[in-house]
This record gives sequence, structure tokens and C-alpha cells, in this order.
Amino acid sequence: MARNYSMLGPDGARAVETGLAAAEWYHTDVPRKDMKALMQRSDAPAIRDTILLYGTMILTAGIGIWLWPSLWSLPFWAVYGVLYGSASDSRWHECSHGTAFKTPWMNTVVYEIASFMIMRNSATWRWSHARHHTDTYIVGRDPEIAVMRPPELAKAILNFFGIIDVIKFFPNMLYNAAFGPNAEERTFVPQSEWGKVQRVAILYTLIYAATLALAVWLQSILPLMVIGLPRMYGAWHHVMTGLLQHGGLADNVIDHRLNSRTVLMNPISRFIYWNMNYHVEHHMFPMVPYHALPRLHETIRHDLPAPNRSIAEGYAEMWPAFRRQLAYEDYFLKRELPPTAKPYREEFHAISPGTPPAAAPVNALPAE
Amino acid sequence: MPWIDACATDAVDQEDLIRWDHAGKTYAIYHSPDGDFFCTAGKCTHEDVHLCDGLVMDYLIECPKHNGQFDYRTGEARRAPVCVKLRTFPVKVEGGRVFVEVA
Repeated sequence: MARNYSMLGPDGARAVETGLAAAEWYHTDVPRKDMKALMQRSDAPAIRDTILLYGTMILTAGIGIWLWPSLWSLPFWAVYGVLYGSASDSRWHECSHGTAFKTPWMNTVVYEIASFMIMRNSATWRWSHARHHTDTYIVGRDPEIAVMRPPELAKAILNFFGIIDVIKFFPNMLYNAAFGPNAEERTFVPQSEWGKVQRVAILYTLIYAATLALAVWLQSILPLMVIGLPRMYGAWHHVMTGLLQHGGLADNVIDHRLNSRTVLMNPISRFIYWNMNYHVEHHMFPMVPYHALPRLHETIRHDLPAPNRSIAEGYAEMWPAFRRQLAYEDYFLKRELPPTAKPYREEFHAISPGTPPAAAPVNALPAE
Repeated sequence: MPWIDACATDAVDQEDLIRWDHAGKTYAIYHSPDGDFFCTAGKCTHEDVHLCDGLVMDYLIECPKHNGQFDYRTGEARRAPVCVKLRTFPVKVEGGRVFVEVA
């Protein structure tokens, strides 16, 4: 039976009925003292990285404008674009968790700027990402599944240039500005936040309208090179790294070692991606800030599949899996665990598509 | 309502919490930075997640799943995605023990 990824469809309803939704997930045992140390917040690393990020963006955009329309401006736009259209994805992500900075308002400011740049309504996506962590790659529950099965590889490739995301974003922004969240968004955004979704969409609409008006007035695309277009010409890095997060791995399981991937990367990609290459670790312990993920990786690596050693190695593993899923959508990669690891937790694996659950929910004890 | 002997005072590190299960229900007991003890419901009001694996920062408890925050003294929700207040319970300390008045 084909998967139905709609938040309003039968697979999501079945996940709720069977206890697959909002289940208790596997966690590697980490002593409380060690985990407390890993979870500690600090402003310093994120302030340093944010100054470097925004400083480089201002510098490269400034030089790009100064050299415009010469071809010599292109390398500067290339750098600016990746920082705008890709680094904003990881800043949006970390600040939505509230873990990047210790000081809450700093998380909020960077989150709002990053949400605008990555073209995600900041009010809507805070909630979609909460659901992504509750029901990671549970079909019909997770609204952030990047590659659905069978994989639409052409769409994935187009998104390296932001094409699909941008085509979806603008009509939805206008709908949100006029009417608030759409029907699917209302399944995961609390009603108390619907007004905020609309206000954010109106603000975004005004900024894009002003940018477009300036471009028309100047008879130049230069304003759009600074605002809007970098979400397309600089998207490739966040799509390249983002596909690796869960691509080709299991869905409908409650063990992040089965559905998430850790990939060791070069320092520049790790700066752009803010260490989200440690993705199993992040999903298992989302309270650990990005700057502590390498330490968390060392702490729990005995219980995880071996990480891919490079982006290229990750793609060499993932891309053939996508191709096999074209013919047989239930196929997924199951990486070998080291002898020191606890076995995979996969009792829900038989649920989808269309089969009964193999186990009851395990988070049985009620609150107070 | 009865006062229940929940734990020793030294069972909870300062600026930390522990899980306490009683009569088929689960609670969280906190030891604040200034040495006071508090008790709340044991699970986040957003989703079915035990708070005992979360992080205590001053008077806030952060849920380990979605980073929602509550003021554990009052139960007030302080950071999305939590919106609903956390239930709190009276606490007293006697003879090196923490007692909770459960409803």
C-alpha cells in the first residue's frame, strides 16, 4: 500500500491509533552528570559564530553590490548566497530549539531573521519542527519529511536551487497573510498562534513587495540578489546536507539510530550547518546545544552505527537507496551497529503500511 | 490530604530534579539554586514526556523533547511549544526528608 504523507490522511490516523505517534523513543544511556554537562547553555560560541556569519554576509553583499554588474561580483554572491540560503537553515533550526544561545532574546532575534531568509513562516515552523521531533519520519505525522517514498528525485534535485520550496512558499505566504494557517498547518499549530502566523505572513509579504518594487524602480535585479534570490542560488548546501539527515533510512520506527544519519564533515560545512551533521545525536538528545554535539558524539558513539566519514560517502550510501526505493518503496538502509551497542528498537516497524502493531505503547505511567 | 515522604533532601542535586513515582502516578521533585524544594507533575503538558531528563536552569525546567520551559515554582508555561500550565504540589522539608502533599 502506498504511503499517504498528508497530515489529514489515513497513515497519520493509524499512527495515532497504534501508539506509533508520540511514542517513547530509544535513548542511549548517558549518566545524568554527563548529560547535565552536555546540556549546559552558553552565549559565547553562538555570539562568535553569529558575528562571523552576519559580518561575512555584510562584507560579501557589499562587495557584490560594489562590483555589480561585473562578473567579478559572482564569487561574492556565491558566498553570500550560501550564508543566506543555507546557513539560515541551521540558524533557524538551532534557535527554534532555544539551545544556540543561553539568552532567550538572542535565540528569538536570530530565529526570526533566519526564518525570513529561509522562507519559513516563523510562527508556523516552530510547531512543525516540534512535531518533527515528536514523530520523526512517522508517515502522516511528520510534516518535515524531505524525501517521501517513492522518492521524487527530480524534485530533490530542483530543490538544490530552492525551486520547489520557493514555489510552495509564496502562494502559502499569501494565503497565510489573507486567511491565517491552512488546514494542514492547523493540525500542528495551536489555535492561540494562528493570529501570529497571519501577522508574520503579512510582514514577509510587505518586505518582498518592497524589494520587488525597488527592483522595478531601479530596473535591476540587484535588490533581489540581496533579498529573496539567495534562497535559490545559495540553497544547495543546506539541501545537500539536509538530505543526508534521514535519506534512505527507515520510517515508522522509534529509534533514531534507524532513521537518522551522522556524517563527519569539513569545518566549513560544519560552520554553515552548525554541527547538525551529528544528526542521530541531535534527535536523541535535542537539548544538547550545537557546540556540544561533537562531545556528545564521543560519549555515545559506542551505541550508534558508524558515522559516514564524508559527505561523499554519505551520498554513496544514500543515493542507491533512493534508487531502490523507486522500484520498491518499502526498502530502507539498515546500518550495522557496533558490538558495544544495544539492539535496534524496531517493534513498530511492522505497522505501516496497513498492518497491525506488534507492540503496545510503552510510556504507560500517567503524570501525577 | 496526606503528606507523603518522597525522598531525602540529598537525593536531589542543587539546580536539578528527580523523578518520583507514587500511587501509580509520576511527579518531578526539584532542588532550586537557593536550596528550596518544589514538586510538579512529572510529565510535560505538551506531550507525554518525563521532565526528569530535562535541564533545570535557575527556576525553569526545560523539557528534554521539545525544549519547552516551565517555572517549576508556579507551573507557568514559559516557552513554546508548551502552552498549558504544569500542575504543582505543596512541599515541606522535615528531618532531611522531602514531603509532598499529593492531591
